[in-house]
Amino acid sequence: MRRFEERAIELVHAGHIFGGIHPYIGQEAVAAGTCAALRADDLITSTHRGHGHVLAKGADPARMMAEIAGRSTGLNAGRGGSMHAADFGIGILGANAIVGAAAPIATGAAWAARCAGSDRVVVTYFGDGAVSQGVVLETFNMAALWRAPVVFVCENNGFATTTRTADAVAGSITGRAEAFGIPAERVDGRDAEEVFAATSRAVARARREEGPTLLECVTYRFDAHHTWEHAARPRYRTAEEVQLGSSIDPLDIQGARIDPDLRARIDADIEALLEEAVRFALESPHPDPATALDHLYADGTTARAGAI
Amino acid sequence: MTILSYLKALNRAISDEMARDEAVCVFGEDVRVAVTNVTAGLVKRFGDGRVLDMPISEQAFTGIATGAAMAGRRPVIEYQIPALLFIAFEQIVNQAHKFSLMTGGQTHVPVTYLIPSSGSRDGWAGQHSDHPYSLFAHVGVKTVVPATPADAYGLLVTAIRDDDPVVVFAPAGAMGRRQDVDLAQLAPVPLGLGRIHRPGTDVTVVAVGHLVHTALEVAEELADTIDVEVFDPRSLHPFDWQGLAESLERTGRLVVIDDSNRSCGIGGEILATAAEQMRLVAPPKRITRPDGAVLPFAEGLDRALQPSREQLRHAIQAVAKTGSAR
Ligand SMILES: Cc1ncc(C[n+]2csc(CCOP(=O)(O)OP(=O)(O)O)c2C)c(N)n1
Repeated sequence: MRRFEERAIELVHAGHIFGGIHPYIGQEAVAAGTCAALRADDLITSTHRGHGHVLAKGADPARMMAEIAGRSTGLNAGRGGSMHAADFGIGILGANAIVGAAAPIATGAAWAARCAGSDRVVVTYFGDGAVSQGVVLETFNMAALWRAPVVFVCENNGFATTTRTADAVAGSITGRAEAFGIPAERVDGRDAEEVFAATSRAVARARREEGPTLLECVTYRFDAHHTWEHAARPRYRTAEEVQLGSSIDPLDIQGARIDPDLRARIDADIEALLEEAVRFALESPHPDPATALDHLYADGTTARAGAI
Repeated sequence: MTILSYLKALNRAISDEMARDEAVCVFGEDVRVAVTNVTAGLVKRFGDGRVLDMPISEQAFTGIATGAAMAGRRPVIEYQIPALLFIAFEQIVNQAHKFSLMTGGQTHVPVTYLIPSSGSRDGWAGQHSDHPYSLFAHVGVKTVVPATPADAYGLLVTAIRDDDPVVVFAPAGAMGRRQDVDLAQLAPVPLGLGRIHRPGTDVTVVAVGHLVHTALEVAEELADTIDVEVFDPRSLHPFDWQGLAESLERTGRLVVIDDSNRSCGIGGEILATAAEQMRLVAPPKRITRPDGAVLPFAEGLDRALQPSREQLRHAIQAVAKTGSAR
């Protein structure tokens, strides 16, 4: 995830990625720990900062890179981009650019899965900003009432864009879930194994039909909110604060647990994989503008032209 | 033949589809006891696992329907009030509608959003009297407004079977309609196919929803002097542009009557398309609610803002007189 995003940021700066991306750098332990606790047929919904979740759930890095570079070989054939990457074949119901909006969608999928007799679980990710969205709280209520097999994963990275969590969230994040009778746990979101353990407990509860859990994963966003920030440079945290926040790196924590030789081999494999992903993305064709409204309707209903 | 009410037609459509397809389920507020009557009898027949009472959480249950639809269900949501669509707008327009394109066709969201009693209901005032179908047509969500019981049945069945989100507006002004039908003849009505309720040669009146009945009455009143064709598009998006063009080939004159606000309303779109692409021998006219209207409470004020029969009569007469001969 880290190396993928570093490459992606390079592609943004080189103009190969249209618009920009929301880097996940610093938060990787949350995606790694949660997805490691899921089965291949479990589902996730993600956020505007979704690269980590999508990769951790198993998306092909080359097709993911092609997607965020807007190529027709991308996961969504270039129709979704960074904030909408989806791979339904492996249970990724899409990153979502509206803060909080995926929580009910995940809960609906969880309800339908249970009605269909499966024991699938759905993990839905959102940031600390989303706990002030009404729809998330409405969803807590319904998920708890229905004991839906859903795990709410709140990544508290300290900020909603530039607004500090403490300036935006009254009470506590866990308390919001507890108010609906949802057990909630505050987890060190920089330690992948701690996240894994907590998620495993939540997933097991969900599979036993005991209902939803909220995990507040406390983490820190090392990089900008979005790559535009490098140009706009809004001042909301000092360099010292960023340095301090970034001094506890989830990669170091997990890396220290891995044999150095093995780690070197993994790193080399990843470099090769990403080399290939970037090549694949950049050599892939751009979608044909004549197909810009393809897939608007399931039945192929065509839209009238804007100008005649 | 049997007398079928509009309300019973909606109920029958949901019931038939639930019997035909196990994936169909109903979400809404107070749907188990069927406070609006639309869902009457469904719990008894299909159980409370398929007819679900929801908390007053329109955003959440609209989103839940999207997730359920992506996981194989076909939810029908009943909203008690048209204005609740404004609360759920995000989840319909920004989520359900956009998923198919944004995912490159990986998923579809077959949810039906049913609004029984849309538009003005006597005495319900500002927050209960909107008729927001133009908004949905504008953003590209499939939008239907049936005028008759048989069409209410046929369009709702089609909406439920459709793989895309579809909003079905049942106008308050049409809910009291009854029709003598052969129940065996009730059939799905395709989206995007209009219906000529009354053929005519002088002026085409396009009427939306309950205003079809107003248009038919006015056409009869004027029958001695002007031969009015009444065209009911039935679905506003997709719209039967070809059917309208054929009608205008015959008449060359157009009046639209539409119970939504004037600016950016479907009436404006119909006029613009006709002006751009179809045969018109006289400037067209439209009758709508005023720009940005909020329906006031007092009866006279409420009625004053809705398209009226008198306005329609005058518009038809004016259009019939102007323009070049055909
Ligand atoms: C409902 C909504 N409001 C505002 C925005 C604009 N916006 C995009 S990301 C963001 C901050 C979200 O903060 P948080 O949920 O904490 O996630 P983070 O960016 O920290 O990962 C905002 C305000 C949005 N996308 N959706």
